[in-house]
Amino acid sequence: MSETAERTVGQTGAPQPGPTGFGGAMVRGLRLLGRQREATVFVIAVALFLYFLFDKGSDFTSKSNQVLLWSDFTPPIIIIALGEVFLLICGEIDLSVGFVVGFAPYLMHFLTDYYGFPGLLAIFFALLLGVVVGLVNGFFTVTIGVPSFITTLGTGFVLMGLINTTSHDQPAQIPADVLGIGKWINNYAWAPIIWAVLLTAVMHIVLTRTRWGLHTVSSGGNLLGAREAGINVGRIKYGNFMITGLLGAFVGLQQMYYTDNIAPTAGSYQWMFYAVTAAVIGGTAMLGGVGTIIGAFFGAVVLGILLDGFPLIGVSADPLFIIFGVAILVAMVANVQLTRLRERGQR
Amino acid sequence: MTATTPSQQEFVDPGGDVLRCEHIAKRYGAVTALTDVNLHLKRGEVLGLIGDNGAGKSTLLKILCGFQPPSSGRIVLDGRDVTFKSVDHARSLGIDAVYQDLALINQLTVYQNMFLNRELIRWPLVRNGIMRKEARERLDSIGVQIPSVNAPVATLSGGQRQAIAVARSVFSNPKILLLDEPLAAMGVKEGAIILDLITRLKREGNVSIIMIAHNYAQVIEVCDRINLIQGGQITLDKQTSETSAEELTELVVQEYRKALEERQRADGAA
Repeated sequence: MSETAERTVGQTGAPQPGPTGFGGAMVRGLRLLGRQREATVFVIAVALFLYFLFDKGSDFTSKSNQVLLWSDFTPPIIIIALGEVFLLICGEIDLSVGFVVGFAPYLMHFLTDYYGFPGLLAIFFALLLGVVVGLVNGFFTVTIGVPSFITTLGTGFVLMGLINTTSHDQPAQIPADVLGIGKWINNYAWAPIIWAVLLTAVMHIVLTRTRWGLHTVSSGGNLLGAREAGINVGRIKYGNFMITGLLGAFVGLQQMYYTDNIAPTAGSYQWMFYAVTAAVIGGTAMLGGVGTIIGAFFGAVVLGILLDGFPLIGVSADPLFIIFGVAILVAMVANVQLTRLRERGQR
Repeated sequence: MTATTPSQQEFVDPGGDVLRCEHIAKRYGAVTALTDVNLHLKRGEVLGLIGDNGAGKSTLLKILCGFQPPSSGRIVLDGRDVTFKSVDHARSLGIDAVYQDLALINQLTVYQNMFLNRELIRWPLVRNGIMRKEARERLDSIGVQIPSVNAPVATLSGGQRQAIAVARSVFSNPKILLLDEPLAAMGVKEGAIILDLITRLKREGNVSIIMIAHNYAQVIEVCDRINLIQGGQITLDKQTSETSAEELTELVVQEYRKALEERQRADGAA
């Protein structure tokens, strides 16, 4: 102890030596993880996958279960998380997106079966619904100035009410007109995960390599500074609400094809909660300015593996939420600490 | 001025003013930040804007760069009335500002900040390689030392951050550059770099500068002319050669003493 103290005193003014020994390696390792926010959640996802893979006698490795994991549990969480990451980065959140998931298929069903719209046009309007909900969320949040947490809480309930009222709480059949189009979205067993991977790649590039992405980070990182630099912050926020809505509507149609019916229960807060959880354990901060698409992808994979794997090894769904909750807390603490460490290391 | 082409002549104000403000006022609800500002900026000139905190310096600057509109008054740019619709619009007309808070995004890197909202793109992607290279060259050319253009600006010192904000605006090749306390967080060496840069720009003569500053010795060093703003209007307009740092300090302090005396008198009367 005294030796190190002497050394630092003796070397004032000289460049500081890097940390050495085991502690130093730890610090360097943590710093590396801190720099690559996605690394932590990637390691967790791989570890969980291997754990269930080598767990004796479980059904995890069977093809049917792998399809369930990669086509049922994970893709909707990934796709909605892509939108939420953009919103969280620019300092907003969308709580209503889960009900866009529920309402989009109903709108398509009403338009084809009651108003005689051709299938493709009805699907277009179903997707447009997501964009319009995003526009409304943007209007109340950006133009009127209501915090997005409140705005989207409100629009979420409105959509939930619309689903229940218009459907009379009754499920519906997928109209024959649109069944064919489903092949493009869901008929192939691995289609949902392929969609999710493609959309993840696109959104990752948008976030890191386009003006839209940089301006999204700027809007959440320093709202006033972004405005002063001439960035149209309102447009960025409107746009990200609309992207999230569109992705929600897409997931709605995907779920419709997957479950092979239209159900009022398809719309729920659960989608949003899972997506935000995936974003957060992937390294996206709630305070804005910080987030990763790749991290959210692996965050969703972690949730998917837990949702799929635990029942297989005989753990009931009940304690699963305890694990989710703890995972969120651990991830948040880790992110805060790693960020602090990283900033200290680079200063 | 003798060698102006006919097309340039159309735009050149007879008085040689590149920018004029007439009766600019700004009110925020019941609060009046600017009452009646008349200001002119000559071509190639460095105008120092001084005044105590709350006098309205930054408000005026934010009006001149298009960040906020004035409540009333007229802005004449190159002899033409203009109404700035946005920061982007003002920038397209050749006006760029370095704000007091620097408008840097901590989460982005040095080069991303240097090209913030001025990104070089090959649609739809930003051209990171060329932006990195140019950012490095620009910072090197003015002698600013930073560890890496890939470092997030959050990791830099106050002076380095300020240098990046100034470099960003200077290299946008503005016709008019507005600087809100460009030397505030700087050490002696960094301050000298920016002062040299301003002096160089002045010598080249392509840009006219309005600079807000609190260090009157520095103001005297680089500015051609000085305007004092008090209570939302310009109360003094002097060539630098006709004044001194002591006189400027005295003028600002006087205002405070007068206000203090008035308050004491009011207290005494009550």
